[in-house]
Amino acid sequence: MEHVVIIGNGISGITAARHIRKQSDCKITVISGETDHFFSRTALMYVYMGHMKFEHTKPYEDWFWEKNRIELKRAWVKTVDFEEKKLYFRLPNDTDDKEAKVGGSISYDKLILALGSTPNKFGWKGQNLKGVQGLYSYQDLESLEEITPQIKKAVIVGGGLIGVELAEMLHSKEIDVTFLVRESSFWNAVMPPEESVFISRHIKENHINLKFSSELDEIIGDENGQVKAIRTKSGEEIECQFVGLTVGVSPNIGLLKVPQGNMIGREKPAFVLGVGGIKLNRGILVNEYLETNIPDVYAVGDCVEHENPQVGRKNIEQIWYTGRIMGETVARTICGKPTKYQPGIFFNSAKFFDIEYQTYGQVPAELPVDTKTFYWEHSSGRICVRINYQADSAERRPKAVTGVNTFGIRMRHEVWDEWISSGKSIEYVLENLPKANFDPEFFKQYEKEILEKYNAETGSSLTLKSKKGLFSKIF
Amino acid sequence: MLQKLGLFIFLAAFMLFVGTLGMNNYTLTNEILEKNFKEDALLDAKIELASMVDQNYSNSYTFTAELSEGINQLNKVYNAQQAWDKKIYEDTILTIVKSSANGYLVDNKGIMFLLTFGLAIFGALLFIIPEAQKPAGIKNNGIYFNPAMTRKWLGIGIGTFLILFYIALYFKPQYIANWTMLVDPVSKLINGGEASRWFMYGFLYTISVLVMGIRYIIKYRHSKYQIFRTLSIMFFQTCIAFILPEIMSNLNLPSADLKNMWPLDYSFFFNYRIDKLLASGAFGIFLLVWGIVLFVVGVPVMVYFFGKRWYCSWVCGCGGLAETLGDPFRQLSNKSLKAWKIERYLIYGVLAFAIIMTIGVLYTYFTGSYNLLGFIPTESLKSSYGFLIGSIFSGVVGTGFYPLMGNRVWCRFGCPLAAYLGIIQRFKSKFRITTNGGQCISCGNCSTHCEMGIDVRAYAQKGQDIVRSSCVGCGVCSAVCPRGVLNLENAETGTRVMIAPDVLLGNLMEK
Ligand SMILES: Cc1cc2nc3c(=O)[nH]c(=O)nc-3n(C[C@H](O)[C@H](O)[C@H](O)COP(=O)(O)OP(=O)(O)OC[C@H]3O[C@@H](n4cnc5c(N)ncnc54)[C@H](O)[C@@H]3O)c2cc1C
Ligand code: SF4
Ligand code: SF4
Repeated sequence: MEHVVIIGNGISGITAARHIRKQSDCKITVISGETDHFFSRTALMYVYMGHMKFEHTKPYEDWFWEKNRIELKRAWVKTVDFEEKKLYFRLPNDTDDKEAKVGGSISYDKLILALGSTPNKFGWKGQNLKGVQGLYSYQDLESLEEITPQIKKAVIVGGGLIGVELAEMLHSKEIDVTFLVRESSFWNAVMPPEESVFISRHIKENHINLKFSSELDEIIGDENGQVKAIRTKSGEEIECQFVGLTVGVSPNIGLLKVPQGNMIGREKPAFVLGVGGIKLNRGILVNEYLETNIPDVYAVGDCVEHENPQVGRKNIEQIWYTGRIMGETVARTICGKPTKYQPGIFFNSAKFFDIEYQTYGQVPAELPVDTKTFYWEHSSGRICVRINYQADSAERRPKAVTGVNTFGIRMRHEVWDEWISSGKSIEYVLENLPKANFDPEFFKQYEKEILEKYNAETGSSLTLKSKKGLFSKIF
Repeated sequence: MLQKLGLFIFLAAFMLFVGTLGMNNYTLTNEILEKNFKEDALLDAKIELASMVDQNYSNSYTFTAELSEGINQLNKVYNAQQAWDKKIYEDTILTIVKSSANGYLVDNKGIMFLLTFGLAIFGALLFIIPEAQKPAGIKNNGIYFNPAMTRKWLGIGIGTFLILFYIALYFKPQYIANWTMLVDPVSKLINGGEASRWFMYGFLYTISVLVMGIRYIIKYRHSKYQIFRTLSIMFFQTCIAFILPEIMSNLNLPSADLKNMWPLDYSFFFNYRIDKLLASGAFGIFLLVWGIVLFVVGVPVMVYFFGKRWYCSWVCGCGGLAETLGDPFRQLSNKSLKAWKIERYLIYGVLAFAIIMTIGVLYTYFTGSYNLLGFIPTESLKSSYGFLIGSIFSGVVGTGFYPLMGNRVWCRFGCPLAAYLGIIQRFKSKFRITTNGGQCISCGNCSTHCEMGIDVRAYAQKGQDIVRSSCVGCGVCSAVCPRGVLNLENAETGTRVMIAPDVLLGNLMEK
């Protein structure tokens, strides 16, 4: 019986395992050093804030794995011998991989690398002090929980989504949070200016001390090796007992760079580019079929770098659902039905304290040429919508909508996916916007106000043509 | 600060409330006995209770226990004589205890009412209302660190209190006679008489729904669905369940909770109730017809259009208490597959029990025979249903277990009406919870906070609609979802996505 081994029990590895099981009878082993069972990384913040317990983050009950004959192994893989098709485990006490010995091995016929990411650290002075950490793994949550009682003031470095989550988490424990953001406005490398200002305002509303255009220079420790302050590039010192480093994540490929040396008796690191080694760049390089350069070795999820990403997609996308889709896709390929990784129209969502955010299609920070934009913000300052569309002059699909950002209004994925992929015009979309409304019943609707603003700006006289409701009434 | 003060006031008032149970002195007199015993039993009572008469008791427990013991002895004798009609029931004991009481509480019911109920309400509101200053949105912070909401000592304490309360209320009301006294002033105001235990219970229930309803509205004030739903619950409990029946009986009409229906209202077809309705003319007939139309026509039609939520989380009193008083405990419902299995056995079991019991009761009513099919004793069916389901399950377990098993223990495992509504919701309804394409991040907020123990995430992450007979449409899963994935909707029955799509939206690989 063929043995499929998967390293990583995150969403991508587990989805692959589940779908392989659906289609095949082969032996499946999932290995992870982090936790015994698959859990939802995205919910770490809710565990910390007391909305749920860790066990609630597990999407499947513990009996599920045995019932579906998916073997779980809790261990860290130390190195992979791609020639012998063998994995070697780390000894339990070997935390830094300095140890040459390995703790057992396991053979595979097919290998899926689903290694996830690691938080970035940019070599700051003091970045390894006690009280300095990122937020990625279960272990990060544990160590954060452990030091929380000692934290009065915290500094978060790096303004991305995980940074905001960390700010909200610390804030929920009544900790004073200072947020260092290198840019001049929050997340403005990703968000258009209005949205960036909009989110910044909401973060401040929640009593987070947002410091723009400030960069970390050094983290200062006390005599016990515990952080006591940070210094910014402009020389400002900020006292704190905790520093959260949330300056992005990178594919977790360290394992593949470990020299195998006397570990497995071969003087060759696993990643030698060229013959016998796996091709790496920032991530593990894969083709459309999620195959690496080595036969029978695949990679999925956060650790992947696509050699030829689809139009509208980045080569590295560290998102929950892309991991899921890669898992679904690779399962088919492994089960004898070679299938290309084909994510559709981009979408994503997040929540900034109390404000939910969704996006469909492309809404880059800077407006691309030949693209126009329409932005509406409610007077409360807590709801806004932006729709990008092709200029009249565009060669292909003039006026077609290309993307939407929505804050404080939930929208229907299905509807936007259809509108964007079929190139519906901005007028059509605005006239039918209620169809996309996914807010709960009785919520106030703003489509009329949105449309009126567009009419006023463009001198058109569009009117609403449809009602909020299920998609059955739509197509 | 204000909140701490509120909590303190509430706790003080609560302690005083418990303390009132021991507050009075008691003297049993012959007049009291004469008033409360039927002539043929009076002499027995006078002899049996002779040692108590005209004695002053300063300890309410000793008095009540001694009195209960004496009456127990009498009942034993009557049982042996098969003199059923002479038997003395709890309500009589309760009245005797009440009439024998004297002391500060008896003379100052109004003041004591204000110091207990009044201050408790005031303190609770002081604790609750300042929450409105925080920005609107889901604020579940710290739920799992709170000893009341996680089956820790405080939760167990609250559960124990509730269980004892229900046991006393149903089976030994004489021990909580002083609590009925506290609400006498309210009872006088509304119906001119002294408060029965059921009036006291109804009042406490309504107050709980109102005060905790305010808490709920503040907590979920970003959602109009939640606000409207809670206002509806508060309205139905206060006006339809509590006040209207009082007005009806003031008008000498048969009183009824117009929104309650069979089989939840399991005694609807009991002979004494049917007789009473038939005897009270047109209005009685109206009530009878209304009660039948409600469950024969009202339920299927309304569930078809809106799902069972129209009743369970907008109208029902049990649901109302669960959604308000019980909201802090909603996360304690068990989400495992095993619990779901047990749920189905239990709830349909109770429904079957209710149906058989009612058939038996009606059979007896129409034929006069006490044996259904010749071997099922209808009277014991009736009394065991009343005891096991009506009192123990719905009251003692149903509410007493809030802090242990979540706020919908009764609705999920026991309510025969919920079972009936659920069958229709599952098979013939426009209602479903839609999932939003591929947006789910499997975080588990929805499942954690679903009071019915539905593993919402299991559906959402597969892109399948949630169509479950148990879903009461509280809308909390949708409210707590941080990614806007869930929406309660009504549309053509055929559009419900009952089977998970092979490939979720967002993946263009061929299906
Ligand atoms: C706090 C936080 C919030 C997030 N919120 C969102 C969100 O809202 N929306 C969204 O789309 N995305 C979000 N993400 C990103 C999302 O969680 C990731 O994209 C996703 O989890 C990646 O899944 P994966 O399966 O590729 O990798 P992972 O989930 O990282 O799984 C990889 C697993 O492999 C294990 N592993 C690695 N190396 C080895 C080894 N050598 N031996 C054994 N085991 C090994 C790791 O320990 C880990 O358990 C969030 C991430 C974080 C950290
Ligand atoms: S599924 Fe949602 S709406 Fe239904 S009972 Fe559970 S939380 Fe309430
Ligand atoms: S709360 Fe929302 S995102 Fe989280 S698991 Fe449920 S449906 Fe998915």
